[in-house]
Order: sequence, then C-alpha cells, then structure tokens
Amino acid sequence: MRYHAPQTFEEAAQLAAQAPGVTRFLAGGTDVLVQLRAAMVRPDDLIDIKKIPGTAEISRTADEGWRIGVAVAGAQLGAHAGLKADWPGVVEGMELVGSTQVQGRATLTGNLCNGSPAADSVPGLVAAGAVAEITGPTGKRTVAVEDIPTGPGRTSLTKGEVISALLLPPRGAHGGDAYLRFIPRTEMDIAVVGCAVSLTVEGATITAARVVLGAVAPTVRLVPDAAKAIIGTALDDAALAALTKAAEAACSPIDDKRGTIAFRTEVAGVLARRAARIAYDRARGGKQ
Amino acid sequence: MSRIHVTTTVNGDTVEFLADPRETLLDCLRDHVGLTGSKEGCGTGDCGACSVRLDGTLVCSCLVLGVEAQGRTVETIEGMATGGELHPLQRKFIEHAALQCGFCTPGILVAAKALLEKNANPTDTEIRYWLAGNLCRCTGYDKIIRAVQDAAAEMRGAA
Ligand code: FES
Ligand code: FES
Repeated sequence: MRYHAPQTFEEAAQLAAQAPGVTRFLAGGTDVLVQLRAAMVRPDDLIDIKKIPGTAEISRTADEGWRIGVAVAGAQLGAHAGLKADWPGVVEGMELVGSTQVQGRATLTGNLCNGSPAADSVPGLVAAGAVAEITGPTGKRTVAVEDIPTGPGRTSLTKGEVISALLLPPRGAHGGDAYLRFIPRTEMDIAVVGCAVSLTVEGATITAARVVLGAVAPTVRLVPDAAKAIIGTALDDAALAALTKAAEAACSPIDDKRGTIAFRTEVAGVLARRAARIAYDRARGGKQ
Repeated sequence: MSRIHVTTTVNGDTVEFLADPRETLLDCLRDHVGLTGSKEGCGTGDCGACSVRLDGTLVCSCLVLGVEAQGRTVETIEGMATGGELHPLQRKFIEHAALQCGFCTPGILVAAKALLEKNANPTDTEIRYWLAGNLCRCTGYDKIIRAVQDAAAEMRGAA
C-alpha cells in the first residue's frame, strides 16, 4: 500500500484518477482503518487528505452559511458555538457517532461516504439542505448530500472524485432543526431508526420543512410527503397525525436483529413527531 | 513494501521510527518505540484500551496510522506520572482497586485525564458517557467512577 499526503484536492483527485488499483481516501480513518484491519479492502493507494490546507476548518461562507472541512472531527463541531446555534440538529447527529475517542477523529464527510443507511450525521445534513463540493480530475461540481449515497456502502462519486467540503446553507431567521435516533441502550450503538427535521416558521405557522429518515431504507431518505404534512400548519394534532402516516409510508426497512420491519416503521413515525416538535420549538426561539 | 520515516513527539521526547504505511500508531508505539503501555483490546475502535492523545485530542491509536503521527504530538500512559510520582488518577485507581487484570487501565487513565482537564467537576453520568468507549470486563465500572471522582476532588483541592 502506498501512502500519499497531497497538498491540494486537485492533486488528490489526479492521484486517485491515475491509480491503477484500489484507492481509499483517508480523513478521520474510523471506518477505513477498521476495513483495512478486517481485510475488507486492501488499498494499493491510500490518499490522506488531512494535509490539504483548510480541511480542519469550519468557516462562514459569503452568504452566511457554513463551509465544513472534510477533516473536521465531531468533537470540533460540538465545540463550535456559532455552528451549533445555526444547525443544532446537524451537530447533535454527528455527536451521536461513536465514543469520545471516535469523536476526536470521525468526520461528517466520512460518515457520508461510508454509505451506511444508519449513519447518524447524514439525516441532519440532508434536512439542512447541505451540499457536497466535489473535486474530480476535470474540475469541481456540487451535489446535494442526499444524492451522494446510492445504497449500503455505495456512493455516486466516480473514480478520481473526492468530496472537498460540505456546505450548509444560511439558516436565516426563525429556523430550527433536530435529529433523534432510537437505540436499545443509551450510547455506543447503531441507529435502529433515525429522523431529522428542519423547518422555518412565520409566527406559529410552518412555512418550509424537510423531513429525513435514516435506517429504514437502503439509503437515508428525504420524505417530501412528510414535509407537506406539516407545512402551513402550527404542528397541531392533525398535522402530527399526517406526518406520522407519511413517515411510516416512506419506510422500506429490513428485518434484522436490531428491529423488525413493523417496529422500525412505527418508530419512524414516533421519531418524526418528536423531532418535528423539537425543531419547531427551536425555530420559535426558545424552549427545546 | 517501502517504509516511511516518521518523526514525532511522544511524551515530550522527539522520536523517530520507520513505519510500514499499514501499521497503526498503536503498532508503532508498541513495536518501534517500545512503549507497550497502550494496549490492543480490539484493534477496531471499540474498547479504548489503546487510548492516547494526538495533538491533545483523545483518540484510539488503533484507528490512527503511524505515518499520520509525522510532526505531531502524542501523549501516552507512559507520560502520565511525573518522575517517580504517580498522577492522582493513578494513585486513586490503586486506592479504590479500580482494576483487576489492568488491561483497560492505561486507556481509561488517559481518557479520564482528558476529561478532568475539560471538566474538573464532572457528574457520575458525565464520567460514564465520556468513558463509554472504554470497555472493562473486570470491574463492573463502579470503582472506576469512584476513583475518577476521588481524583477529581483531590485535584480541585477539595479532598
Ligand atoms: S484496541 Fe483500539 S479501541 Fe480497542
Ligand atoms: S481491569 Fe480487566 S478489563 Fe478492566
């Protein structure tokens, strides 16, 4: 295995495009090193992108959104007051990933590219409308985060392409987001179901919303019908009932030791209601 | 396989070694630097027995490549005592018998020290969550929590 530590994303993309064998990008390493160890992958070329300037930084964009470097670890997100104030749901999703030690290394981009349908940080990113900036051998493009995973362990990135940053849109006034997951214990487990909601309000009325489910389909799933169920409402009982139905209808989970199809489907509705409530309270500026 | 020359700082000393790029920082510390205090319980980031600080951040050294340590600062259990003097956490672990086989202990001590630097007065719950990635098959954890609390109290000057 050859180890590369390029100084720019263009160089990283060229290396990957020209590599004859198996290539892996290394950011936090909390998935890649486990795969190496288990001999699930045997890369010929490992491209460490952490030496590229800016990859460990969180910065404001010109439009008052955020640019998150691909090597920013979970612990850094949790310690960033400004980002947390704008996008608490994105941050709380990432903070659920792994132990304190894993938080010292694991990244949003890595969690996204690992392609797990149960990835805790991805629903929050999708709900937020986050965009991935991709650098490839022929230049840069941007793609909505929900279009990156294509199935368990698979992404839409092509040979030579690497995510060079994640971009969060401006939060704007009267917005709130939240992420909840169900696990059978309190810590250190993989989501049986996850749900993120992001919304904006005008007075008591929801004017825009995005509802996203994790671990109930081959990929994290954006559920437009669930958003429709609460837009134009004050999150009253009828809206919550419609939200529950839409969330349940979007589920096509697997049956496994973590949860049955019926259980996962029911929990998806419950978490959608609860996450919507938290996001709504946050958007209305106060109590959580 | 070409080896890579790595220069890094471990517990304040400049250290050099030749690493196969596939070797973890844990392997390098144990096999090339001769620091065998950090243990391998799982090699996959689950048990915390390999916990070290990398530029001050608590990490699993089994999830870091040795070559990634180039130019950085590593702190291990071997750097915890000053001279012959045990760190309060080390003393309290002995006093409270917060270990049996001791395999998890170096990692737990390194992790607990990082916690107390961030939060000098943690609750039991905060300690349990912070140490959730440090598994111990012997003690049942209770004595570990008590030892950390007692060390924290002493370090605050309250004991
Ligand atoms: S050996 Fe590193 S976490 Fe278990
Ligand atoms: S003392 Fe034996 S594993 Fe903790």
